[in-house]
Amino acid sequence: MIERRQFVTPGELLAEGDYNSGENTYRENKKIYASKTGLANFVRNNVYVVALSGCYIPVVGDLVIGNVVDMRLGVWLVDINAPYISVLFASEAVDRSFNSRREEMTKYLTIGDVVLAKIISFDRTKDPTLTIREPGLGKIPLGHIIDITPTKVPRLIGRRGSMINLIKRETNCQITVGRNGRILINCAKLESEALATKAINLIEQDAHTTGLTDRINKLIKKEKKESSIHAK
Amino acid sequence: MPNKKGVEKLINKKGRRIDGRKFDELRPIKIDVGVLNKANGSAYIEWGKNKILVGVYGPREVHPRHLSKYDKALFRSRYHMAPFSVAERKSPAPSRREHELSKVIRECLEPTIFTELFPRTSIDVFIEVLQAEGGTRCAGITATSVALADAGIPIKDLVVACASGKIDGKIVLDLSDIEDQKGEADMPVAIIPRTGEITLLQMDGIFTQDEFEKALQISIEGCKKINAIQREAIKNKYLVEKASIEPEPEETVNEA
Repeated sequence: MIERRQFVTPGELLAEGDYNSGENTYRENKKIYASKTGLANFVRNNVYVVALSGCYIPVVGDLVIGNVVDMRLGVWLVDINAPYISVLFASEAVDRSFNSRREEMTKYLTIGDVVLAKIISFDRTKDPTLTIREPGLGKIPLGHIIDITPTKVPRLIGRRGSMINLIKRETNCQITVGRNGRILINCAKLESEALATKAINLIEQDAHTTGLTDRINKLIKKEKKESSIHAK
Repeated sequence: MPNKKGVEKLINKKGRRIDGRKFDELRPIKIDVGVLNKANGSAYIEWGKNKILVGVYGPREVHPRHLSKYDKALFRSRYHMAPFSVAERKSPAPSRREHELSKVIRECLEPTIFTELFPRTSIDVFIEVLQAEGGTRCAGITATSVALADAGIPIKDLVVACASGKIDGKIVLDLSDIEDQKGEADMPVAIIPRTGEITLLQMDGIFTQDEFEKALQISIEGCKKINAIQREAIKNKYLVEKASIEPEPEETVNEA
């Protein structure tokens, strides 16, 4: 049996005997092995690996940030940083029925737009579909977007949102985290935006280490102190 | 090819090879992980004088579309030698040999990849040989499986490859370019170290059955040593980064 938060590489033995094979692991002859590089962990008899790299695989209900890359009759095609292009139907963009013969789709969204959307369907056989018919969703008018590794999003959010709330509180920024590793930052001040970006990049880089929330806290406090000295 | 008279000796009187190695000694191996920014995963291997760069892309959309498979990911690989990788300029166009190596490398890695997790996508591997000194297919396989792990593609195990052969009538591990050309036999072997399954076995030359078994044995032992280097390389990517960021100035501790 492995220790908690032990660094593992693919093919390493994690547990032997009566255990369940969780995320990023596989079972062979009652033994559980890692299938990705990451930190192994277990909850009761569930063994899993928190991966340190990998692509985003859509999950129904996920909030994602995507780029509109193409348009067809009645649909927008949206790149959501996944191996699959997602589809946004015009009927999922407006609250009433949409008639593409009478209305211009570009009135709502056009190629190059960035949208905050929710995944409403996805399986092995069909590409994901999106909706923006919910409050808060839709075209993103302004802000700054940074990309992180999608597998590190849970680390950025932290336990019950502890990490992301810390950054939001300390920098006074509006931060929206897309599950696909795209993060939208809106700040009143340029310095706080730079600080939030710095903190998020540090989390991305150090996602595999412990005591990260404390270090982020220190970083923000230190940077804020320095910038207040400059302001004087 | 039997060793004719007049050809230089591959093993000296002290029982050492041309580059001073013992019979079962590997060339020095160094692997760097995550060297390319734009690729999803990458690795750079220096194996003796071999220098090979590997980039992994995917899972991503398949182009051209009609090649995609409805139940699993398409795994493609390209082995390519740079024009400057050998003494005489090599034409950059893919040769017969490069097509063959792309195929054997692809087929030796595919059994370890969970392609069924990513239907309708492709995983693309590009292996660029920057400098060649014998054993590039083994080095390519070894580096590619590290790059796959770096890309976060789920795999059963790191595939590892190592050649063995016969020079001056002796069975030796990890042939260099001269030993490959002047020796009697060359046999690259790739294994899945955890299970011991063999995913690549090629042979050029003549072995007796006993010699074959001995060569296979030392190849597998060599593979296991290289496997440890692979795992160390992946660990180093994260541990080195950690060390460079870890020391936070002490002064910040007190002020809160």
